Amino acid sequence: MNILIFTILIWFGSIVAGFLGSLTGLGGGIVIVPLLTLVFGVDIRYAIGASLVSVIATSSGAAAAYVKEGFSNIRIGMFLEIATTVGALLGAFLALRLATPVIAVIFGIVLMYSAYISSRPRSKDISADKPDWLATRLRMKGTYPTPEGLKSYSASSVPAGFGLMFIAGTVSGLLGIGSGAVKVLAMDQAMRLPFKVSTATSNFMIGVTAAASAGIYLSKGYIDPGLTMPVMLGVLLGSSLGARHLFGAETKKLRVVFGVVIFLLAIEMIYSGFKGGILK
Amino acid sequence: MNNTGQELTDHKMEMLIGNLLRAGVVAAASVVLLGGIIYLFRHGSALADYKVFQRGPSDLRRIGGILSNAFSGHGRGFIQLGLLLLIATPVARVMVSIFVFARKRDTLYVIVTLSVFCILIYSLFGGR
Repeated sequence: MNILIFTILIWFGSIVAGFLGSLTGLGGGIVIVPLLTLVFGVDIRYAIGASLVSVIATSSGAAAAYVKEGFSNIRIGMFLEIATTVGALLGAFLALRLATPVIAVIFGIVLMYSAYISSRPRSKDISADKPDWLATRLRMKGTYPTPEGLKSYSASSVPAGFGLMFIAGTVSGLLGIGSGAVKVLAMDQAMRLPFKVSTATSNFMIGVTAAASAGIYLSKGYIDPGLTMPVMLGVLLGSSLGARHLFGAETKKLRVVFGVVIFLLAIEMIYSGFKGGILK
Repeated sequence: MNNTGQELTDHKMEMLIGNLLRAGVVAAASVVLLGGIIYLFRHGSALADYKVFQRGPSDLRRIGGILSNAFSGHGRGFIQLGLLLLIATPVARVMVSIFVFARKRDTLYVIVTLSVFCILIYSLFGGR
């Protein structure tokens, strides 16, 4: 295949990935790596590099909108970014040392977990009855817009959230994905933040987390310009198209379909990892 | 009273950061697109090969090398420059936050933000 055709095909694939990713809230990055490795036969290290860059693009683009709407909490985000960026450094160092089939298998497991999280019905917002000592010290509170006016909230279980965020960062740096599923788990379940606040803040953090491993990826040759160019431009276009249809009626059905696709991709990733097919 | 004053500057800070992020992404995507067009014109008919991982030329992996490559009109150099801009966008966002927190005399969060900034800079210079 010549470079022109290859670039156009990857561009189209990335538009679809970005569109579905933003429509379902899973992020486009999550299917980019399986798409590139399983469909186009790209080495997983190039795929992870391209995916990570597209994660920065979509996160920053979406964060711009979220931040203006007033859902994201910059203090909470910034504090937790200490955990995610240190985790991302560790993840990138692990990515350099682990054998590629191992990375493929881990990727498959994380994919499955994300599919499971997205298929679950959204848990009711349980506001914390009492903010913990650390949350008070760190002033982790705020207000967010609801139909009934501004509502206030504050965080609880900061240490647990911080620990989960470190794991989220490591996964992100190792696999080149945003790992929004783990981030939302940390803020939703552990810190008891309102769903919209945790989603927006998680999105806000993804770009910074990804940037922490991107520098290392770049210096190790994981970010190839010829491959990353169509991926980044495609995912960016696709996700901004997806964001416009956010309140469409068919979103629920699409979530299920996308969940099934991700599950199948996960099995394929794990299988090819065990077979060592991705190593070549 | 004090609280409303803080909310207002928080909102202003959020708007500033939102605009910064958008501008960074648009600038990066434009440079990548320009580089992509140059690259496809020059190399579009060559064979695509990403099956085997190679490190790639070292000057496309370092900031200095990327700059000199881009300014001598190489497509791949331009793309890398755009990607570098993209990576720099969240870094710039963190840097702006340091100043905003400093202006609000929020020492605790100046330290928090500064730590994140240092980690990012460490990575950007290759993690050595």
